[in-house]
Amino acid sequence: MHSDPETHVPARRTSPRRNSQLATLNSQPIIRTAPHMDVLRFTTAGSVDDGKSTLIGRLMYDTQEIFEEKMEEIKRHTQRDDDDLELALLTDGLRAEREQGITIDVAYRYFATPKRKFIIADTPGHEQYTRNMVTGASTAELAVELIDARNGVLQQTKRHGFIASLLQIPHMIVAVNKMDLVGYSEARFREIVADFEDFAEELDVQDITFIPISALKGDNVVNASENMDWYDGATLLHELETANPRADRNQIDFRFPVQTVIRPHQDFRGFAGEVASGKIRPGEEVVVLPSERATHVESIVTLEGEQEEAGPGDSIVVTLDDELDVSRGSMITRSRNQPERTRQIDADLCWMNEEAMRRDRPYVLQHTTRRTQAYVSTVIYRINVNTMHREEASAFELNEIGRVELETADPLFIDPYKVNRQTGSFILIDPDTNQTVAGGMIRGVAEDVSPFGQDTAGRAADEDMVSPNVVWEGLNIERESREAQNEHRAAILWLTGLSGSGKSTVARAVEERLFERGCQTMMLDGDNVRHGLSGDLGFSPRDRKENIRRVGEVARLFFEQGNLTLCSFVSPYQEDRDRVRSLVPDGRFLEVAVDCDLEVCKERDPKGLYEKAEKGEIANFTGVSAPYEAPADPEITVHTDSDDVDTCADQIIDTLEAKGLIPEQ
Amino acid sequence: MTVSDDTSKHLAWLESEAVHVMRETEAQFENPVLMFSGGKDSLLMVYLAKRAFHPAKIPFPILHVDTGHNFPETIRFRDDLMEELGADLIVRSVAKTIEEGRAKEESGPNASRNKQQIVTLLDTIEEFGFDAALGGARRDEEKARAKERFFSHRDRFGQWDPKNQRPELWNLYNGRSSQGEHFRVFPLSNWTELDVWQYIQQQGLEIPSLYLAHKREVVERDGVLLAKSPYIELREGEYYTEKMVRFRTIGDMTCTGAVESTATTIDEVVAEVATTQQAERGARADDQRSEAAMEDRKRQGYF
Repeated sequence: MHSDPETHVPARRTSPRRNSQLATLNSQPIIRTAPHMDVLRFTTAGSVDDGKSTLIGRLMYDTQEIFEEKMEEIKRHTQRDDDDLELALLTDGLRAEREQGITIDVAYRYFATPKRKFIIADTPGHEQYTRNMVTGASTAELAVELIDARNGVLQQTKRHGFIASLLQIPHMIVAVNKMDLVGYSEARFREIVADFEDFAEELDVQDITFIPISALKGDNVVNASENMDWYDGATLLHELETANPRADRNQIDFRFPVQTVIRPHQDFRGFAGEVASGKIRPGEEVVVLPSERATHVESIVTLEGEQEEAGPGDSIVVTLDDELDVSRGSMITRSRNQPERTRQIDADLCWMNEEAMRRDRPYVLQHTTRRTQAYVSTVIYRINVNTMHREEASAFELNEIGRVELETADPLFIDPYKVNRQTGSFILIDPDTNQTVAGGMIRGVAEDVSPFGQDTAGRAADEDMVSPNVVWEGLNIERESREAQNEHRAAILWLTGLSGSGKSTVARAVEERLFERGCQTMMLDGDNVRHGLSGDLGFSPRDRKENIRRVGEVARLFFEQGNLTLCSFVSPYQEDRDRVRSLVPDGRFLEVAVDCDLEVCKERDPKGLYEKAEKGEIANFTGVSAPYEAPADPEITVHTDSDDVDTCADQIIDTLEAKGLIPEQ
Repeated sequence: MTVSDDTSKHLAWLESEAVHVMRETEAQFENPVLMFSGGKDSLLMVYLAKRAFHPAKIPFPILHVDTGHNFPETIRFRDDLMEELGADLIVRSVAKTIEEGRAKEESGPNASRNKQQIVTLLDTIEEFGFDAALGGARRDEEKARAKERFFSHRDRFGQWDPKNQRPELWNLYNGRSSQGEHFRVFPLSNWTELDVWQYIQQQGLEIPSLYLAHKREVVERDGVLLAKSPYIELREGEYYTEKMVRFRTIGDMTCTGAVESTATTIDEVVAEVATTQQAERGARADDQRSEAAMEDRKRQGYF
């Protein structure tokens, strides 16, 4: 509707909507905001050029939040010949941003409707993205994710979604923008919705709403579109006005971090702070941390006088019945509902400084009103924010996110971030530069989790693969008892080599010999596990790693059952093989290098795979388009290009005998 | 007023946030100061500081950097308020800075002491060793301010580096600084002009009469109405006329413009602000010098 800049100046005093209000409220104060109005803080995310600034401009324009002089500036700057206003100019900021046409830092913008006051954290879509998005998301109750209808769900879209999920923003609106450029096509909209839903299954966001819009033309932003009859949902503004922002605020667990002590004279000693969560009334029993001394709330003091009750977000002063040791950093809570008290925390961390994380130096950790020194004791993994896969890492660089364990000098009183944003969040400060270098979201008390890819014997291969609340059950019948009955020891024989090197052929020959001797055996090979156990995986390095991890876990179970477990897998990475090795005691994992010249393998090509790979029909094919890391120090090496199968099998049997795993014959 | 109440949720929330920030300032810094201009935002600051530390007195001194071009009403109001609060007021004069040759007076018909007050402010911060200066700036006022932090770091020269600000997450404010550096703290960051007026209305706060419509002699210059004062030189063709005006911001008489208005009560002012078409700082000649006028002054140490 606002297509002509000449005739659509947002003249508040003359616009029909504004006029009708003026008429009815003639003699009374006219306020844009009703007295019972609340606040919604939301963040806008989107890729470069998907119209984020235009959308914010549109919201402000259509809700008539733009002042005359700004409007004139926009008209001056609208250079294009078409009729659309340069609404994006409403959100320009610093000089460098105007010059380069980009946004550098989070900008906060304000507008209000008669129903609600809105604060937008407008985060730039490129440089420093992660840092800014995390900053904006930390105070947001809703995220608006913008998608360009022409481009659909992009890598960046997923990255934003992931951060919104990590920061636990409870509501998400996916605004499919530029619908005008795809002919207002319902099919295109549905396609994008399906794509996003597919991806969102991996996210922890409870509530997602999809809206087809055109920020430039104004469709479904503030006013319902006349171009999309097929859409009968609400407009973006309506969703923003009706989303329930405080529903997620923790009303249950009373936590009151003390900011400062108020002591005007000898007879008054009050503790000032903001109620982080839960509610409190005078007379109720409380406990002061860290002393754990119990007392009662005497009064809740404000400038208006004493209050009957205080709840989340209230800045109050509390007085207590007893003289206890309370100062900044103390926390007042209830005796039967206390936070965890710990010096070891498990947290998701976002690194925000140019200087990379170091594990050999302390940082200042600020949590509620408490500061203490902290070391990053373990980096469990880094998240690749584009693929959302976990990666091995020893430290984080700027804009990297992952999971760590921290050890602190003094105890902290924590809750999981998911349960309590206030007592579940912290920042790290560099003690030399005083810069805020990281933001953290607490998962809980650290449980000494091994880093990704660096497990030690006897421990579950990868902690994050352990389902919650599951404890490794001791075996009913010990492996040692089975071994005694079987009259041989259990072991994992891991045959690794190129495709066509003869791993499975050799493994089968070995298994037959062992069976004849009366040994308990099991054989796992690439083809059988990829039909079921790993049927969902492909051949990317990540999927190969996962495949080997699963096989390793299965092999370990067979091992514990007393089997000589033969595994024949290409398993090209040393790291993956070492990981399986780490699952069983020393001496029970035998790496068998099945050595065969690549040319011989290609000639054999039993499944026609090399031919396909060389034609490019198969990607990531080991030896052709993907690397193979030969074992550095294998227990056994067999040469299938020069020796026959029986020779190779005998060689392995001999080694098992020599190592005392099977009795000599 | 509590956030959990059903009424005035947004004002209660803004109030609580501002109080939280003031208490963080008191707790994290050794020697904070509250900057006072006489304008409504700084009055609100004083009121919120009183709230934050009640029943104790405001635990920091209040600093007025006096340009010497103040409205007489501002000074009277300031002195009454300080007496009522029993507050520790520090006044430092821009005129003295200029006298000492530490800054040069601007000349010409548009001369103002807006830029010179930066020098006086930084001198005062150094003189008292203040490590935090609380100000009433709001993010909705101006585009450079939209990017301000609550705790805004300033280097040894009082400079703001907008491209290198500390990330500010949740309500965790990092006020650690090195020797000689200081912070500007802005508890009203999330307030809008309308919020301020609604809060003044709701709390029944007293404000200087300049904010209410009154008859005054003004001269129109570059679209701005300037009040008659000894500090303004009339240019050729300019003349004073009496108009019904009020001020939306109060700064120096040389650059603070009035708007024509009939709003003689706070209720009427709230109504006017809610329906207005002109930006609050639109009548500030100092902002209109260039598109980045505020950004440039902030980089040098302005509020």
